Amino acid sequence: MKLITAIIKPFKLDDVRQAVADIGVQGITVTEVQGFGRQRGHTELYRGAEYRVDFLPKTKIELAVDDSIAEQVVEAITNVARTGKIGDGKIFVIALEQAVRIRTGETGVEAV
Amino acid sequence: MKRPLATSRVLTYLWSVALIAFALIGPDLSLAQDAPAEPAAAEAAASVAEAPAAEEAAEAAPTLDTGDTAWMLTSTVLVLFMCIPGLALFYGGMVRSKNILSVLMQCFAVAGLMTVLWTIFGYSVAFDTTGMEAGSFGLNSIIGGFSKAFFSGLTTESLIGTIPESVFATFQMTFAIITPALIVGAFAERMKFSATLLFLGLWFTLCYVPMVHMVWSGDGALMWDWGVLDFAGGTVVHINAGIAGLVAALVLGKRKGYPGTAMPPHNLGLTLVGASILWIGWFGFNCGSALAAGQSAGMAMLVTQICTGTAALAWMTAEWIKHGKPSLLGIASGAIAGLVGITPACGTVGPMGALVIGALAGFLAFVFSTSIKRALGYDDSLDVFGVHGIAGIVGAILTGVFAFPAMGGVWEPGEGATIASQVWIQTKSVLFTIVYTGVLSFIILKIVDVVVGLRVSTDQEEEGLDLSLHDERGYNL
Repeated sequence: MKLITAIIKPFKLDDVRQAVADIGVQGITVTEVQGFGRQRGHTELYRGAEYRVDFLPKTKIELAVDDSIAEQVVEAITNVARTGKIGDGKIFVIALEQAVRIRTGETGVEAV
Repeated sequence: MKRPLATSRVLTYLWSVALIAFALIGPDLSLAQDAPAEPAAAEAAASVAEAPAAEEAAEAAPTLDTGDTAWMLTSTVLVLFMCIPGLALFYGGMVRSKNILSVLMQCFAVAGLMTVLWTIFGYSVAFDTTGMEAGSFGLNSIIGGFSKAFFSGLTTESLIGTIPESVFATFQMTFAIITPALIVGAFAERMKFSATLLFLGLWFTLCYVPMVHMVWSGDGALMWDWGVLDFAGGTVVHINAGIAGLVAALVLGKRKGYPGTAMPPHNLGLTLVGASILWIGWFGFNCGSALAAGQSAGMAMLVTQICTGTAALAWMTAEWIKHGKPSLLGIASGAIAGLVGITPACGTVGPMGALVIGALAGFLAFVFSTSIKRALGYDDSLDVFGVHGIAGIVGAILTGVFAFPAMGGVWEPGEGATIASQVWIQTKSVLFTIVYTGVLSFIILKIVDVVVGLRVSTDQEEEGLDLSLHDERGYNL
């Protein structure tokens, strides 16, 4: 199993959800996060007072998937979340040791 | 728990002193003036009303006009609506989310406090005309007596011009509410609630009410006798509040972290809702100042709209050129500057004057609220001085130019009046207001600082006034 973490532009969330659902992913976890990468921040101006905003809002999604579809999921996220402009985000993939469905006690691939 | 108790004891003490002083002075003054109530009311009707329609009506025995009364009832609620929730939201959106309730609370509490003070003595000290004589200067040129305290002598039959005195008194009460509330923006996010009430209560007593008396109470009043043109309150309301705001910002000092820390407005949507309510409510403010539903109110409506739209565009354009992008906060601020600018002018200038006043008020308020404030380094949190003070001064002085028929105005100048002479009268009144309210506001703030302390503690400021002063949060999401 793999745990895939993707940091994407917030407005791409719905497209990404649809794309991974089409592949057969059963569930994802979404968090609103802030951070900076190469896009850096931006400035805001209120009545002449200029503020530098270093951390930009992004959306983090996490999904646990079977090894067999991991690559496909990464590809799908990359395709739909891409705008080609700086700040599209990142995807991290790490090996996942165990998963448990709390309701039934099922473990492993059955549980994701 | 010790400090709040001490504060309330002090407040109670001050109230008692004020009431005792009132009890001692009140009867004295009314004895000295010893004026029968009825002629006084008629006199007031003739002098208070600025509209020609009202003056004509007063020459004959005053009779009630239901149309005028209906409009003034409407105007009164429009002006109250300007303060709650208009001004409260306009300011509330501009502070940080941890302070929104403190600002809303201050505006709402002011509405209550000024209602009570206006009832006890405000109306009387503002509009009592006993002992006043055209051209003669005395104590009563500055403040009125106490003959109308607690609305004494006001009955359902009393008339001011063509409207019931009860309506006139309530209309003026709403002005007395919004003017001190305007100052709240200057010391937002750092003043104690007790200090706010004490400061604004004293400021109402020593600055607002005397200014109303000096400008609007009729023959024998200081600035009325100078011949100042101030239809709806350029000096009385906006310069008065703007200067008090500047002084308060200076005496209190900057917010912790200003200007290094980011203090962006937390909800500009609320600010725009507030600004829009102010724009709408201002028709009650300006057109209602005609005290009649007639020609004067009609022209006031037209020029108010023209000036506001122009000033909104002026601020937006200036910002667009200087910073590269037009902003919502900018255009909303410009609209308010325009409303302020036309306030003293709206009974006398025409559409062309409104365009010029709007352009200048919007542009200069932009310059003062952005560059000049930054350069001078004072922390007028929400730009009470930059918007109300500056646009008020621009409007008050330009009224002396654009009131003249030759400049498109609708005023009928008296014999020998020239643009130069009227501009001097306007300027003199502006300078007098700046000095009078500047000095008194400073003294009041120093007294309040000694009595209850002006600022919250650093910890409280850091935590936000909503939690630290009111045990509430604006957003429980």
